[in-house]
Amino acid sequence: MAASLVTGKDLRKVFRAPGNGGEVRALDGVSIEVCAGELTALVGPDGAGKTTLIRLMAGLLAADAGSLRVLGIDPAIEPQRVQDRIGYMPQKFGLYEDLSVQENLDLYADLHGVCPQERRQRYPQLMEMTDLGRFTGRLAGQLSGGMKQKLGLACTLVRSPELLLLDEPTVGVDPLSRRELWVIVEHLVREEGLTVLTSTSYLDEAEKAARVLVLHEGRALAQSEPAQVTRIAAGRSVVLDPGPGNSARSLQARLLDDPEVIDAVPDGGLVRLVRAAQAQPGETIAGLSATPVEPRFEDGFMVLLRGRAAHEAGVDIRLQRPPAPAEAGAAVEVRDLVKRFGEFTAVNHVSFEVRRGEIFGLLGPNGAGKTTTFRMLCGLLPPSGGMLRVAGVDVGSAGAAARARLGYVAQKFSLYGALTVRENLEFFASAYGLRGAMRRERIDWALRQFDLGAHGRTASGQLPGGFKQRLAMGAALLHEPEILFLDEPTSGADPLARRAFWRRITTLAEQGVTVIVTTHFMQEAEYCDRIAIMDGGQVLAQGSPAQIRRHALAADGRQASMESAFIAVVEAARAGEAAARP
Amino acid sequence: MLESLLRVIALTRKELLAVLKDRRARNSLLLPPILQCLLFGYAATYDLNHVPYVVLDRSQSIASQALLSSFDGTGLFERVANLRRQRQVRDYIDDRRALLAIEIPDDFARRLEAGKGADVQIIADGRNSNTAGTALGYAQSVVNAFNSDWRARHGLPGPPVTVEARAWYNPNLMTRWDMLPGLIGTLTMLQTLMLTAMSVAREREEGTFDQLLVTPFRPPEIMAGKALPSMLIGIVQATGVLLIAQLWFRVPFQGSFLTLYAGLTLFVLAAVGIGLVVSALCQNMQQAMLFSFILIMPFALLSGLTTPISNMPRSLQYFTLVNPLRYAIDIAQRVYLEGAGAGVLMPDLWPLAAIAAVTLAGASWMFRRL
Repeated sequence: MAASLVTGKDLRKVFRAPGNGGEVRALDGVSIEVCAGELTALVGPDGAGKTTLIRLMAGLLAADAGSLRVLGIDPAIEPQRVQDRIGYMPQKFGLYEDLSVQENLDLYADLHGVCPQERRQRYPQLMEMTDLGRFTGRLAGQLSGGMKQKLGLACTLVRSPELLLLDEPTVGVDPLSRRELWVIVEHLVREEGLTVLTSTSYLDEAEKAARVLVLHEGRALAQSEPAQVTRIAAGRSVVLDPGPGNSARSLQARLLDDPEVIDAVPDGGLVRLVRAAQAQPGETIAGLSATPVEPRFEDGFMVLLRGRAAHEAGVDIRLQRPPAPAEAGAAVEVRDLVKRFGEFTAVNHVSFEVRRGEIFGLLGPNGAGKTTTFRMLCGLLPPSGGMLRVAGVDVGSAGAAARARLGYVAQKFSLYGALTVRENLEFFASAYGLRGAMRRERIDWALRQFDLGAHGRTASGQLPGGFKQRLAMGAALLHEPEILFLDEPTSGADPLARRAFWRRITTLAEQGVTVIVTTHFMQEAEYCDRIAIMDGGQVLAQGSPAQIRRHALAADGRQASMESAFIAVVEAARAGEAAARP
Repeated sequence: MLESLLRVIALTRKELLAVLKDRRARNSLLLPPILQCLLFGYAATYDLNHVPYVVLDRSQSIASQALLSSFDGTGLFERVANLRRQRQVRDYIDDRRALLAIEIPDDFARRLEAGKGADVQIIADGRNSNTAGTALGYAQSVVNAFNSDWRARHGLPGPPVTVEARAWYNPNLMTRWDMLPGLIGTLTMLQTLMLTAMSVAREREEGTFDQLLVTPFRPPEIMAGKALPSMLIGIVQATGVLLIAQLWFRVPFQGSFLTLYAGLTLFVLAAVGIGLVVSALCQNMQQAMLFSFILIMPFALLSGLTTPISNMPRSLQYFTLVNPLRYAIDIAQRVYLEGAGAGVLMPDLWPLAAIAAVTLAGASWMFRRL
């Protein structure tokens, strides 16, 4: 076994929450080993402690307890000596948006004291690796999300570090750029023999690492080769075919309640299941025949996670007055919608239609124009051109009555943090014109349905992440809207919370609520009735998940994943664009 | 209509809760006006109660002694030195040991005895023109008193004209008396304007403004819901200053509270209107804060609180016409000190109403466009 560059033992770190004196155990006895020349991945949902662990190694934080050696040095005692020898790319890398690509690179070279001779040799390597050579004159602020991350990586690598620490380098990056970033990282490890530690909340990325440390709520669930985590689910993974005319989504929702089931997700029209016990050959589940499949890393992760946490209860939302049975016509109609900000066209002739009672997904990377489209639909932004109808009217110009038929949950928690859970609900109930007995009834309903009763008097800003989202959902459903808009509702949520969230959405749709949701998790498209893939302000493809997947049939004839379908669609569109250019 | 009203009440309640639940926000709204009021009440005064002076008495006569003792007898003038040489005067004035220097010529007594006029030279430190002017005024009145006294004692006829000065509404011409009522508006203005501007900017920064806009709230309702709590808080602050002026500094209140509060309500409405315009222009709290400060300086300087508006250059006087603080100070001082009624205050009230109408309409228009 290669020498280890990082050795951490029983690391602990507690943060005090401001104001209420509560504490957060960011790290609760984590040990870690990073071997020279290897790629190690820190995997886990938001709040698992990944960033804290990386910051300890970079000498930016000191642990409360435990021992840590990075390149043989204690980073808490001699941070500068460690920092001189490592490269660290934080989640939000400090690029100067008003400087060009070259100027940013020069700045970091100056900061690290890289001599001109070394630069002449290093720059071409970095440019070739990141494919940024064509853009050296462009301002960093005008790069796409993926290119910014690549530039950040180039700036980190401007002087050859002995150890590279990457904190979620692929978060918010489109699948295409994500793949390119991983090619770079794997090249660094394989060809240049660099030791890399990277954190990620994408479970599929973990499979690329030599070793993974699976973190959850400050504790290590496993540290091993990724295949070993996958093997935990060996013999437990099966797929079920819901049969023609039945939706995979409702079957999946039903199966999640089964105590024998650890995990169930809709996958390519089928339902993928991880069972608590080994599957028997020829076995049937819910009256359907189960076909065994190769387990994935995520399956193993879910088995580990379920050992710690149960599925959220009470996710089966019942509206008291569900919307009237679907009238004819579309809930949302968008034709040739355009939005320009000065020179920049954020939304470029977008058209789509959402039927009543449908779950419609807008998919795409950050900056694709999803949120801008969304804001126009909700009447928050006037369009520059085109036509849009929500529940038969243009919300932007229609009155309060039209808005009363919509619910909206923003990407960021946007209720009043200083107010308690109950006060927030009271305010939004009044905003939607609920009063008297009705108002009390609806507030009680929200507290009950979202399991917020115990937190009624808690300032909503102090709620744990998952509860904040439930409160936001509760507030948006107080008036039982016909159409629910959800902007990136699952970003940053752990896999369990994400499954609970989609359960709620599924039950709402079954009761006739039209749901429009944006996401950059491609797998989540499987929960939607129909999706539209957006990139560069345009809709590149739309249809049912099965139709979209047909854009990319895997070479071996297997069902393509939504992610590879997305990449195929975007690549085809970009290739077409390049061909059209003289 | 009822729906609208209920929504505005809900928003007002939410705003008040958000401000009053936060201990820091609560303190920053109530403590500064009280502290500033005490500070201004004690520190901001043009009244002189201690004038150090030096004397170069070349006469060394009974007459000169009599004149000087009438200076010393006021309790206001303190003789810090008797000088021998003219040169020394400069030393005392330069290092501010004396504010005035009184030079009595050697023929002073002789000329007086002869029934002729005598000259006394008073040199003042003009580096602070305000103080120097006041001190010279005091000195003049001491000399006047000495003159009448001398004439009476020597059987000479009195001067043909004497001035019998009496100041109405502030008999002792105490700065505090006009300063404190002026503060009722001044201290309220900054906080009301900033509170309003920040409350929208904060919502915008935290993303809650979008959440608010997708509810049935109409822009005018949001404005009303933002304006009311700021107005309420502004009125409470004004009341705090009023109470301190009356109960702590004992400046007697002559007018009607109804008139005063009617004027104040119009004034905070105008201030809130300006705050809403600022908030419509600003994307975040930092901008809102900066913008408020940029506005508040000229508003305070050109309000007439410290320097009379009639002394300002004509072009600046025109600017004061759109300054709500100018009218608020006038209203507060006149109601407080002279007991003016609403009728005579009309020239102050209607401009406030006009400023409020224009800013509120402007803010409403800008909100609609965002």
